[in-house]
Amino acid sequence: MSLQKFILKRILASVPVLFGVSVVTFALMHITPGDIVDQLVAANPNVPAHESARLRREFGLDQPVWVQYLNWIQGVLTGDFGEVYSSSRDVSSVVLARLPETIILGLFGWVFAVLIAIPGGIYAAVNKDQLGDDVSRFVALSGISIPNFWLGLMLMAIFAVRLDWFPTLDPQTSLLSPSMLWWLILPGVTIGTAAAANMMRIMRTSMAEELNKEYVTAARAKGLPERTVILKHVLRNSLISVTTVAAFLTASIVAGSVVVETVFGWPGLGLELIQAVHLREINLILAITLFTGFFIVLANLLADIVYALLDPRIRDEY
Amino acid sequence: MSTERGRIQISGFDTEDIDDQDPLATASELESKEVESRWQKIVSNIVRDRLALGGFVVVAVMGLAALLSQSISVGGVTIQPLSIVPYDPTETAVGARYAAPSLSHPMGTDRLGRDLFSRVVTGGRYSISIGLVVTALAATFGVIYGSISGYFGGRVDEVLMRILDIVFAFPGLVLALILVALFGGGFWPLVGAFALVGWATYARIIRGEILKVKQNEYVLAAKALGARDRTVIFRHVIPNAIAPVIVQATLSIGTVVIGVAALGFLGLGFDPGTPEWGTILDAESDTLATGAGGDWYWWATVFPGLMIFVFVMSMNIIGDAVNDALDAQVDDIGGGG
Repeated sequence: MSLQKFILKRILASVPVLFGVSVVTFALMHITPGDIVDQLVAANPNVPAHESARLRREFGLDQPVWVQYLNWIQGVLTGDFGEVYSSSRDVSSVVLARLPETIILGLFGWVFAVLIAIPGGIYAAVNKDQLGDDVSRFVALSGISIPNFWLGLMLMAIFAVRLDWFPTLDPQTSLLSPSMLWWLILPGVTIGTAAAANMMRIMRTSMAEELNKEYVTAARAKGLPERTVILKHVLRNSLISVTTVAAFLTASIVAGSVVVETVFGWPGLGLELIQAVHLREINLILAITLFTGFFIVLANLLADIVYALLDPRIRDEY
Repeated sequence: MSTERGRIQISGFDTEDIDDQDPLATASELESKEVESRWQKIVSNIVRDRLALGGFVVVAVMGLAALLSQSISVGGVTIQPLSIVPYDPTETAVGARYAAPSLSHPMGTDRLGRDLFSRVVTGGRYSISIGLVVTALAATFGVIYGSISGYFGGRVDEVLMRILDIVFAFPGLVLALILVALFGGGFWPLVGAFALVGWATYARIIRGEILKVKQNEYVLAAKALGARDRTVIFRHVIPNAIAPVIVQATLSIGTVVIGVAALGFLGLGFDPGTPEWGTILDAESDTLATGAGGDWYWWATVFPGLMIFVFVMSMNIIGDAVNDALDAQVDDIGGGG
């Protein structure tokens, strides 16, 4: 199968998934007891019955669920996610304002993870079953096991509060200024730790497997320096299996952002989601969840394409 | 069921026999031996690997301590009479506010003078039991779902796998968070939320294994003998494809424990004041803000988090040992999530 055909096929396969994601998200919000009007009424018991009926009509809540879904999805496709009830802001403008903050944080986490995991994995695989390998395995296992909110709290307590090396308050400066880096480091490291540890373990396993293959013996036998064997031949092949899990790790970073943004008060989508959940802002929860789902489907798609680029055999498996 | 297969007349045995065969009958004796040796292998691997043995001891001690920390009664009947923790974990002012760790309060006290040691030991109850129940439920459902998908293949597989893709499009923690936020907290809602999120991984793993196992001749033989699909799946296919599921289950207990604590930390899942690890951390997290000059009540945040860390770490060490023993090659994804 040609690469173009493969990519097209994968994109087409993503469409029903995205549709399913939107249905599930919408259904989740609408099978729960009580709607936004009940909540407004609960906050202010003096609202008369005809007033709440009027509000329901205004929000379109008196129509059958499938009509509500169609109205909603029609809006979504044109970029209209409705409004935030409590503050009368536009949901899409809220999401767009918060999005860059989350992307920068996630990107930092990703870069941190790759910078730690690839060299760490190579080191562990090359020194397999020696002390260095044992130590790095233990470190990786710790990285997987540590709860990210606690790691964040501890990093903040030690490096920001006690040692005063980093600021912890909301970043007020522009996102692209160099001083942003200081704000980014602690949350970025927190969000990237689990991904780094996971990636390092996968890197070690796949690299150790590659090192046992015959082409490695052949490369060594023809007198190539060990450095060249590892970096030029083995590394390239072992990176393939790392890309296959890259999408999973992206999902873990996205999920992590909810927790980590709350710990550090980072004004991104995750923090917004938690606030929306506490206020039961359905439109906002719907938009952020849908957006997250869309992003993960996209990440899966990209990972598959990169995989197919690196290993052409995969293209025929779909 | 007819024993006719095309023009070839098969006679001399009854297909019902194959379906209802006693598991201890001669034919399956080999199979049960194989399963037994697999469990023996796991046990001997854990005993030989001193790190894994340590992990097992830690998990056992923490689990037992949580179980025995307070007496348990169901419907007025006491089923576990012991209370080994020194103080009632919810009783306030058993010591001074924020008393530092000492002999009488090994982990100090919290903002209301509650004994942190008692709270933290009891706290294992919530996360650990939820972790176990969720893993059992999610693995059972996931294995059945994935087996059906992999065994029947074709259009059934196509549809079931697309549904799985949809579940995978939500990051587990976010979906669990929304479910708990919408349906309220507590033990069973949390179990439900995490089980709904967790089953998909098992389904995907077992489906992949079944596609491999299905090719084996004994499956073909069982089918040719006229055994029902259900019998083939449960007696022949699943036992031979289950190894990676066992590994995943071991590793996922830790993931669920962290997830439950994360929701507790986010203020969802439990009432404030519940001695659950994440909820304790949430309540005490503002003690971190005291500046370099002031007193830092470090014990209030260090110990609850450390308990989660130590438990999950031990669980993951066991998972690694089980993985080595079964040589299942599961790339564990998630963990800290």
